[in-house]
Amino acid sequence: MQTRRETLRQSAAVAGMLTAAGLFPRDALAWNKNAFEAKGVADAAKAFGGGAPVESKDVTLTAPDIAENGAVVPIGAATTLANVKHLLILVEKNPNALVAKFDTNPAIESNFLTRAKMGQSSDVYAVAITNDGKSFFTKKEVKVTLGGCGG
Amino acid sequence: MADPMRIRAQAAGGNATVRILMSHEMETGQRKDSAGKVIPAWHITDVTATHNGKPVMTAEWGPAVSKNPFLQFTIKGAKAGDKVAVTWKDNKGDTRTDEATVS
Repeated sequence: MQTRRETLRQSAAVAGMLTAAGLFPRDALAWNKNAFEAKGVADAAKAFGGGAPVESKDVTLTAPDIAENGAVVPIGAATTLANVKHLLILVEKNPNALVAKFDTNPAIESNFLTRAKMGQSSDVYAVAITNDGKSFFTKKEVKVTLGGCGG
Repeated sequence: MADPMRIRAQAAGGNATVRILMSHEMETGQRKDSAGKVIPAWHITDVTATHNGKPVMTAEWGPAVSKNPFLQFTIKGAKAGDKVAVTWKDNKGDTRTDEATVS
């Protein structure tokens, strides 16, 4: 026999799992929801029209070896490739891998720096998606001493 | 509603480096409050920047960007006195635009 309290607790847990799995509708307009709810690096690249990612030294990733605080990990992505459409920053072991997508433009350098949250030590990816649908990546392992997704 | 962004744009070698610090909670939608209820996601989804009114940078962000997000990029051919404006929009429809002058 379940008490009311137990039932409530369990349904809250289920709701939590659903949210984590991205099953709850979220308000999104132009925002590419599929990409941000993708679990893996390849899926996120695909959501922006990129093929299976190939490792390339023309994509640079700037990230620390060890991040003391997983809530603020400085991550930079840059590329020297010419016909790049998007630059993505991804953290493989986050609940949703994609952190940010930047559109390149001839008026700016293809070099972006931001800060990301990391739940645990993980490989961090910079992925460049070209106009003809190819994707190139560079990855680096970042060790996190204190996770940024707790609570 | 939202607090202003801090934007610094510095010209160097024919380009301008733009550094932006936005003020936003960036709630992931993964955390729970003390009653065990999930705190709904609340984060910036779209960022755009213009250089003298011309759009130069667009980005889409997920909830994994840090609280009070930082962003740096470089505008080619921007010089002192040029105007750089940055706009963000969050998943609750809130939006904010701030402008800075390249120095």
